[in-house]
Parts: sequence; C-alpha cells; structure tokens
Amino acid sequence: MLDLTRLFDVLVIGGGNAALCAAITAREAGCSVLLLEHAPRAFRGGNSRHTRNLRAMHRGPTSVLTETYTEAEYWDDLLRVTGGQTDEHVARLMIRDTAEALSWLAARGVRFQPSLTGTLNLSRTNAFFLGGGKALVNALYAHAQSIGVEILYDSEVLELKLDDGAVVEAAVSSKGFPETVRARTYVASSGGFQANITWLREYWGEAADNFRIRGTPYAQGRVLKNLLDQGVGSIGDPTQCHAVAIDARAPKFDGGICTRLDCVPFSIVVNRNAERFYDEGEDVWPKRYAIWGRLVAAQEGQIAYALFDSKCETLFMPSVFPDIRADTIAGLAGKLGLDAARLEATVHAYNDAVQPGRFDGSKLDGCHTEGLTPPKTNWAQKLDAPPYIGYPLCPGITFTYLSVKVDDRARVLMDYGRPTANLFASGEIMAGNILGKGYCAGTGMAIGSVFGRIAGQEAARHAHN
Amino acid sequence: MRTTEVMRDARRALDICNACRYCEGFCAVFPAMELRRQFTNADLSYLANLCHNCKGCYYACQYARPHPFGVNVPKTFAELRNESYAAYAWPRPLTALFRRNGLVVSLATALGIAAVLILANLFVPQTALYGARTGTGAFYAVIPWGVLVALSAAAFAFAIAALVMGGMSFWRDTETGSLGDGRTVGAALRDILTLRYLGGEGHGCNDLGERFTQARRHLHHCMFYGFLLCFASTCTATFYADVLGQDAPYGIFSLPVLLGTFGGVLLCVGTVGLIWAKIVSDPAPAAPSLLGPDFALLFLLLLAALTGLLLLAFRATAAMGPLLAIHFGVILAFFLLLPYSKFVHGIYRSLALLRWAKERDQDAAVPSRPEQRAPESENLRVALTAAPGNRA
Repeated sequence: MLDLTRLFDVLVIGGGNAALCAAITAREAGCSVLLLEHAPRAFRGGNSRHTRNLRAMHRGPTSVLTETYTEAEYWDDLLRVTGGQTDEHVARLMIRDTAEALSWLAARGVRFQPSLTGTLNLSRTNAFFLGGGKALVNALYAHAQSIGVEILYDSEVLELKLDDGAVVEAAVSSKGFPETVRARTYVASSGGFQANITWLREYWGEAADNFRIRGTPYAQGRVLKNLLDQGVGSIGDPTQCHAVAIDARAPKFDGGICTRLDCVPFSIVVNRNAERFYDEGEDVWPKRYAIWGRLVAAQEGQIAYALFDSKCETLFMPSVFPDIRADTIAGLAGKLGLDAARLEATVHAYNDAVQPGRFDGSKLDGCHTEGLTPPKTNWAQKLDAPPYIGYPLCPGITFTYLSVKVDDRARVLMDYGRPTANLFASGEIMAGNILGKGYCAGTGMAIGSVFGRIAGQEAARHAHN
Repeated sequence: MRTTEVMRDARRALDICNACRYCEGFCAVFPAMELRRQFTNADLSYLANLCHNCKGCYYACQYARPHPFGVNVPKTFAELRNESYAAYAWPRPLTALFRRNGLVVSLATALGIAAVLILANLFVPQTALYGARTGTGAFYAVIPWGVLVALSAAAFAFAIAALVMGGMSFWRDTETGSLGDGRTVGAALRDILTLRYLGGEGHGCNDLGERFTQARRHLHHCMFYGFLLCFASTCTATFYADVLGQDAPYGIFSLPVLLGTFGGVLLCVGTVGLIWAKIVSDPAPAAPSLLGPDFALLFLLLLAALTGLLLLAFRATAAMGPLLAIHFGVILAFFLLLPYSKFVHGIYRSLALLRWAKERDQDAAVPSRPEQRAPESENLRVALTAAPGNRA
C-alpha cells in the first residue's frame, strides 16, 4: 500500500485529461507525483472519457489535420462563441500551445484518427482521438503509470487547507478511509460542479431535479467550492451551464453522446401542454444544441416532445432509444402522455401555416410557416405521412462555467488578485477563464491539455525551489 | 439466421454504437454499421464475421460495464459468430458439432490418431511398422500409397465441399449479388492477406489488454503462412510422386521438405504464441464459451506441425512407423474437422471482407447519409458544413 504520510512534490487532484497531463509533465520533470482520482478505475477520467476531439491550431496539414487553422481564426471562433467573455491573454496562450499538444499526446501513447476517415468537415480544426476520450484516458494512465506517477482511485479530495495563500495539506477520503496528504505543490484538476444537483438547485430550483448530467457523476465541484469558500478568485457565471436537448429517457448520469437528439430541425417541438414554444428551424442544428437545452429547461416539468412524420425518419443521426410511433396524431399523443385534442389542434394549425417550398435538409432551405406563432423558419414540412414519430426531450447538462481564476502560469489567484503560493489549476475547474459562455467543440480538451502541461511544469518548478 | 438471445444483445449493442460512433476509426465494422439504421439478422451475422476480435472498441467504450448499458461488442460478436458457424454448417445435421466444439475437435483428433494406429497395427507387418527403414518408398511400407491418397483425398474433398456450401449459405444469407469486380476482389484479398483490421491499420490492437500491440497479427501471420507453406509442401510432394514418379521420403534439401520444415516451424511459433495470448489476455472482452473451439483448433494445428517435424527428425529410426501413423491420423482428423471447427472463420471473415469492399466502393459513390455527430459549437461558421444529413 502507498505510504500517504510522505511528502510528495506534486499532488494532482482529479483524474481526467487535464490532471493526467499535469501529472505526467511534473513526473517527467523529476517530481514525485501522486494523482488522486475520485472515481473507481472503471469510471476514471472525468468528463474526458466522454469527449472525442481536441481543437488545435496548425500552420499546415498534419497527419490528422487538414489545411491550416491559424491562431487568428481560432481566436475569432472563440471570441464568437463566448461573446467576448474570455481572457484574451490566457486564451491566446492556450491557442498557441495547442500547436504542440497533439504531438505531445501522441508521444505518450494517444492515437488519433487519420484525417481522411469519416469526419471530413471537422478534420481541419479538430483532431479526433482514435476510439474517443476513454481511449485517450487509457493511454495517458498507462503512460503515467509507466513513468512512476502514483495513482489512487476511489480517492476524493474533500478539502485543500489554505493558509495565507498557500495550501498546507489536503483532506482526503481514500477508499473510504480519511487521510491527510501533504505535498510541496498542488494541482487542482477536479472539474466543475455539474453533477452536484444540490448545488444546481441553488440556481435552477426544483427544475434541476429533472436535469440529466451527460457526463461523469463525480464532477461534484467539491474542491471548487472549497477553494471559493476560502477566498480564491472566481470567474464565470455560477448560474449558467452548458446544456443540450437529449432524450428524456437517458440515464441520470453518464449517458454521453448517444442520448443526444438531433431531430429538432425536422420536427415540431411541443411542451407538456402540446403547445409549440420556439422556432425549430431557426438555424442549422449544431448552432442550436445549447439553445434547446435551455429552452427545454424553461418548460414545465423540463420536458418537451419532438414530433415529425415518416418523411424525416432518416434525416438525422440515429439516437440510442427506439422512437415512439403511431398511425395517428391522437395515437401518438396517447403514447407520449399528451392531450390528444390539443396536440391535434397544434399540428393542424402548423400544417395549415406551412408554405410550399423545396425541402433540403442539408442547408437553410427557407421552407417556412406563415401566420404562426412561434414560426418555423426553415425545414417546415406538413406532418401528413404516417406513421407519426416522437421523441421526449429533456435538458442534458454538459458542464458548468463557474471556475477558479488563474493567470497565464496556471497559478490560482486569490480574490484580491495575488497568486496563491503553491496551487495551480487545469481543466474544467479553470475553463471559465477562457470559455465564459457558449462552447466550441474540442476546446475543453484543448484547455485541459495545454493548462495541464503548464500546471505540471509550474508545479514542478516550484517544488524544486 | 433466426433470432436468438445473442442476436438481440448484438442488436441492442449496435443501436448504442450507431448513436455514438466514436469507434469508427478502429476497423471496418463501424463504418459498415454506419451504412445502416436498422440491423437485420443477416446484417448482424455479416458484421459479427467482419469483426477481427481486436477488442479496441471494448477498451475505448464509454458504455462498457460497469456502465449500465454494458456494451461489449467483441464478446457479443464472438458469440454471434459461433452461432453463425452452426447456422451455415453443411450438411445440416452436423451443425450440432459446433456445440461443445472443443470436445468434438479433441475427440475427433484422438479418434483419428487411434484409428490410423490400430489399422496400421492390424494390416501392416510389425517389421515395417516398428522397424527402422530408409530410402524411397519407406513411408508407403507403413501406410500403402493408395490408402494414403484415397483417404486424404476423400477427407479433403469432403471438407472443401462442406466449406463451400457453408460459404454459399453465408453469402446468400447476408448478401444478394455478384462477388464484385476484379478491383474489389483485389482490395478484399489485400485486406484478408494482410489482416489489415487486426493491426488497427498500423496502430496495433488490444490483443492482451489495454495496451496496443501487433502481437496477434504477427502470430496469426506465422500460423497462416506457415499453414500455407505446409500445404504447399504437400502439393509439391504430390507433384513429385505423381508427376515425377519420385517416391517419398525426399531429401533434406528437397522442396517439399524445405517448405514443410519452414512452414511447420512457423505454424508452431504461431499456434503456441496464439495459445499464450489467449491464456494471458484480459478475459473481460472474451467469450468464455468460445475458448474451447479456439484452443481446440490451435492445438490441432500445433499437433499437425509438431508431428510433421518429429516425423522429419526421426524418419530414419524405428520411431518412423508410429510417428507417420500419428501424423497421418492428425492430418486426417484436421481435414475432416475443417468445416466443423473454428477454421471456418477464415471463410466467413474473407467473404465478409469482400462484401465490405463492395459496400465501401458503393458508399464512396453515394454521398448522402447522416454521417457524424456534429460537434457542439454554437454560432460558429464552420458548423454550417456539419449540418445533419450532410456528408461533406
């Protein structure tokens, strides 16, 4: 059994990509490193195990990325999704470092999909992990272990005791036993608080009980809260989280990618009262995921139903659960638990408002309704070809925005602006410095990889002094 | 194929896989799966036989146990393959041989050896069987040429017929249509002969556990090409005997002996290595019910190679007679068991790869299906090209 009474050079809190990058970097710099992962081995890796790709800038084609993706363009994309809620200095540093991130990961056993398979349109900006995030996590754990990083699973850090801006020790529950761990430096990579329903309820009230958490149930935000309570600086709106519309039959946690429903643009979406509430055809779907998460969250019971007919059956990615179908609208209403007469009236009004046009699912086709509130501005087709098909929707929470504030060396800052003496952060726990709002595919893993390495380097340097 | 419990498991797993698609870079199974939204029994049989059991998708799976979805594609597909072997076996009454296949193969091998030994003891003079003999025609004093040829040829012809019938059932069940043009067949042959999908196309596979290696691919190559060399040795020996009129045994540096020796050694290395890999590998993605058939065929091949090499080593001694009888018994059993052992995976896998080569070509020509889960980016220009239903 590992001797926890010894003084480690670096204690890494968390077990996802950001934590592993930090632990490996510090270990390669010659430090003794202990990594504490809250989850058991089978569920290790935090939200990284549900991810798929990393957004990386590059000045020319690589084995996994096509063409070029410059710092300017990356920054432009980030600026657009965050609406300016980002720290430009830190964000640009992150962007520049992603140029090295892929080869760094590859050298440590992470495999990427060659750029030509499948996802052609994304292979310019995002490098896809062969097999997804869990394969990446497996590779990094194997590498960390091989170079001597000490790893403990089932070990939750309960408290980081701060004294005058320095962490003195960590209170840990390791495999059910209370432990105290001391280190020269600490790296907090323990994620956000999206799996903490009690905390979410503070902002969302009882609605939070109906949320599904798409990723790990271990993102309880314990260290985040503990640090903020001790006067560490915060950034990011605590009331906001990234949410998408997923199948309401999804499990409470860990449903991952396969529960996401992509049928909304080809549907009409009604709430529990069988009434439409938003323009389903406002824009292409990837730009509307998150809006629909929030829209459904605002409905009574946090539930909605997407309805379409047999014409649209194969226009979107299959989702994991079987669809619900019936030969009549009333029959479908019965199966979904909606009032049949009201649903018929809604569909009738919608059908009457649909204008003729050339339907094209691959672009904004202008097929719209007239005289209907709310309107449907694209992909509006009558529901007239049975069977009628429905899916229940609910909000699926991806991550929260609230973070600890860091500087460009990954040092955690106190709320009065001074850096802590020996505490660094990487990954979702500090992602709000860069992503204050919105989301841009692959930036979560980019932040984790880059700041994991920075935190590891800085922690190692500090530990050696 | 009829719907079974394993079939339902496979369908459920693929419904999850098809909604996730993170594994599409691993092998042919996932791109082939993405061409479908629903899976018929025949589709499942095809996909299961396309699977090379590299296990990459198991270790990468966010839905593997203890996740409640409990996805384990390699295990489910292995079980399904075994069911498909039985379903396509010819003649129909012999499909039962795929149940408890390990036992069947072991018993048949033992019986094959025993039968040849007993017959040799009954009909061959003791001096011939147990005496040291050398020179041309020595083998045939132990087992007469006519008997040797007749028995082997009959067994081999039966095996080929049964394998062809099985292959045809599989092809009919999973696909209607031609075998494809020369280019498609060539592409499929390359995939088959290089074991493209067992090497992760260069990345390696999870042969033994979480780590990626090329071990099983290399060992399978040793076994397969060793087997082919042994087969070539038999063919050249037949040519020497029947066309050139030279009787066995042949000289150390003759073509049949060189091919057989080199092939036999490769076969031993491959089979021993694969047996080792099976023993030390992580049991989680393996189907325990299939260990019997797997081990049985590997041991049978090893036995064939070993007895052949021993026969070569001791052919000038008194041990030659019994060794020849044993080797012949093993080969006879092997021929008879070909269509009722795991050997059939080679047939169905090759046909599945051929079908995939066809599908791959057709898919490249028709660029219109919802392809990839677009990334979760808001308000991003690049997202425009990633609309569902659009395969850029």
